[in-house]
Amino acid sequence: MNAATMPVSATALARPALRAEGLSKAYGPVTVLSDVTLDILPGEVHAVIGENGAGKSTLMKLLSGHVAPSAGRLLMGEAPVAFPDAAAAESAGVVLVHQEILLAPDLTVAENLFLGRELTRGPMVDDRAMSRRTAEVLASIGAHCHPRDRVGSLPLAQRQLVQIARALLEPRTVVIFDEPTAVLANDEVAALLDVVRGLRARGAAVLYISHRLDEVEALADRVTVLRDGRMIGTWPAGLTQRAMADLMVGRELGTLYPPKRALPAVAPQLVIDALSVEHGAVEASLVLRPGEVLGIGGMIGSGRTELFEGLMGLRPSQAARITLGGHEVTHRSVRDWQAAGLVYLTEDRKGKGLLLDEPLATNLTLQALDSVHPGTRLDHAGEDRALDRAVDAYDIRVRNRHLSAGQLSGGNQQKLLLAKVMLTDPAVVIIDEPTRGIDIGNKSQIYDFIDRLVRAGKAVIVVSSELPELVGLSDRVLVMRGGRIVAELTGEAITEQNVVYAATSGEKQEAGPHDPAARTHT
Amino acid sequence: MTSVTTEIAGAPRRIRWADMGPFIALALVVLIGTLINTNFATGTNIANVVTRSAFIAIIAVGATFVISSGCLDLSVGSMMAFVTGVMILTMNRLEPTMGANAILVGAGFGLIVGALCGLLNGLIVTVGKIEPFIATLGTMGIFRALITWMSDGGSIPIDRALRDPYRPVYFGNVLGIPLPVVVTLAVVLVGAFILYRTKYGRRCMAAGSNADVARFSGVSVARVRTTAFVIQGLCVAIAAICYIPRLGAATPTTGQLWELQVITAVVIGGTLLRGGKGRIWGTVAGALILEVIANLMVLSNMVSEYLVAAVQGVIIILAMLAHRFIK
Repeated sequence: MNAATMPVSATALARPALRAEGLSKAYGPVTVLSDVTLDILPGEVHAVIGENGAGKSTLMKLLSGHVAPSAGRLLMGEAPVAFPDAAAAESAGVVLVHQEILLAPDLTVAENLFLGRELTRGPMVDDRAMSRRTAEVLASIGAHCHPRDRVGSLPLAQRQLVQIARALLEPRTVVIFDEPTAVLANDEVAALLDVVRGLRARGAAVLYISHRLDEVEALADRVTVLRDGRMIGTWPAGLTQRAMADLMVGRELGTLYPPKRALPAVAPQLVIDALSVEHGAVEASLVLRPGEVLGIGGMIGSGRTELFEGLMGLRPSQAARITLGGHEVTHRSVRDWQAAGLVYLTEDRKGKGLLLDEPLATNLTLQALDSVHPGTRLDHAGEDRALDRAVDAYDIRVRNRHLSAGQLSGGNQQKLLLAKVMLTDPAVVIIDEPTRGIDIGNKSQIYDFIDRLVRAGKAVIVVSSELPELVGLSDRVLVMRGGRIVAELTGEAITEQNVVYAATSGEKQEAGPHDPAARTHT
Repeated sequence: MTSVTTEIAGAPRRIRWADMGPFIALALVVLIGTLINTNFATGTNIANVVTRSAFIAIIAVGATFVISSGCLDLSVGSMMAFVTGVMILTMNRLEPTMGANAILVGAGFGLIVGALCGLLNGLIVTVGKIEPFIATLGTMGIFRALITWMSDGGSIPIDRALRDPYRPVYFGNVLGIPLPVVVTLAVVLVGAFILYRTKYGRRCMAAGSNADVARFSGVSVARVRTTAFVIQGLCVAIAAICYIPRLGAATPTTGQLWELQVITAVVIGGTLLRGGKGRIWGTVAGALILEVIANLMVLSNMVSEYLVAAVQGVIIILAMLAHRFIK
């Protein structure tokens, strides 16, 4: 580590607007954030970076009163403070600007700003006063919309500014941004960064969370890095994007993953040419060969899941050409794909994968009803045999097979979901987040299973937010950013650092997926 | 890897008391009826009650499909009146040339009309992507207006020549069991078979339980729901076939507020209004409970029979509250 990447001590600097000491948060036995000490100074932009799941969101929620800490304390100036809820934090001058846009689309800008805290004159709401105040706040952040504009009619970037204006309606000493640019296109990002700089110039203490390291590099006075719920350190401005990516990752690869296989030189199994998905992917192309694991990396919101849901016909999409096993695919639906030998396993196990109130057998056969039950009638005996085989092959551990899927542990649910999509013995398997939220033992079993699949000549796509998993499993990795596939990594180049670098940095980002107009002009 | 925790006991499913609720409630209502009124437990009264509940029970079997699949049909009462009107007009038109056979042809035509009405509801909901509540509220008004227009605000009586041959369909019996009860039993058995024993029934439950999971599993939620509405339309037509000989006419008030009774029967029968869990036999118990209570109100003088719909309204609200607090 060179001098530029040495942590600095903040105590020598000005008195912090907000200081966290030893902040920790645990949910039951699971610690999601432990012992974080950082301060936010007036007139600085303090960036917090980390991988998905590093604890950034938890930290923000602790600082803004949305969640109560398990240990540690907060100080404003010299005085300890406690925020029982977000309203308490706001009245103390600490506000969180949420990532999702939480505005009522049918109300005007002014109505949204004052929602729940309307100004009144006697029994009437004072529209004129609210409009005047709204116009002031909008002007102060350089937003060009009118207080009486309907929010739903504004472009996304303007709505984001309205959301910020809402947070700044009262005087604030600390403003926390949660990935404010995640949904914005490039030119809109520049405008938003100016708003943040404006806040800093007026003496506000800004905590800025972002996945986009180019923004952090351009904006931050100090950078705090979180990794696996722990604080790695705080660095002054001047870190390169590469150095930040290294700090975010910084760990050794274990032996959890099966050894890499030799890449076979065979004809591609699946070829996707220029697939665009509404609100997701932009002209994504890829080639998948039998016997390989193709990893898809990228930050949350980079369009990974949308790309494959679009491929499956679960979202509106169009493609120049798609072939499977050499044949052109014309009809894209879950059913057609399954008949052709391709299945997709959703990342949303509970919301889109399993019927939680239904028993195991019902879940297992839902996607393959026609092959398990050849006639119109349900073949309960056949279904039981299928469950026997699945329980055996996937090591699904249940006390009683009449339990509903919702009563299984996360690991067993994931194995059941895997068994479900594998029931028709597909040649291509797309697994979105194969091991999200499951323990290490089950993880390792699923990795072994994926390894067995590709050794048997199947082709597997693994979409994962977990970098070690992505690097450990994949023979080849495609990285997505802003809906586009921006990098392909093979062999020695498959490292966590390279994935993070490709997923977060990049000097010129082309028009994002939320800018369809830009797409048609290119 | 076959560890001790891998214990797949084929233990038989235990009887769940929550599922027995509607039947216990029915037994209670019957018991109370027997205690408070001596005329209640007579054979003719019981036969009368069961026969009268047939229409609601038959339509409610269809509603069990619609609700299980995650939808709702408010138009059943109006649709019933409309199909009844169309059937009577058809039979009357055909009677001079076909004689009593006009009843058979008219009934067949009624089934087609019912299925088409259901298909209309289904397509508005699935292809038009309109909330079932709003879509069927609209068709409820349309069907009701059509029967009022067809009858010119009065009544559409069935041809005198058809009354006698048609009469047994409501008043006749097989081995002492009233014919409408036999028809109900047949509809219930077929309904239970489809819902519990076929792939369609499985898909129907899946669509209602979690439409996203169904979609991601390759189930065509739109097709499943449209089919449920068609089943509902067929059930309405079957009920209409049994209903015509009872009063011999269709009027603008035929089937009025039946949607309330039908949905109440389904809900107190244990079917979840949000979909995913259908209880055909519970639905039948629900229909019987409603009819027994109405019968007791007529027999005894405690509550005016004009308040029957009010009592049914109270029952559905209590049933929903019970669902919430038992959970």
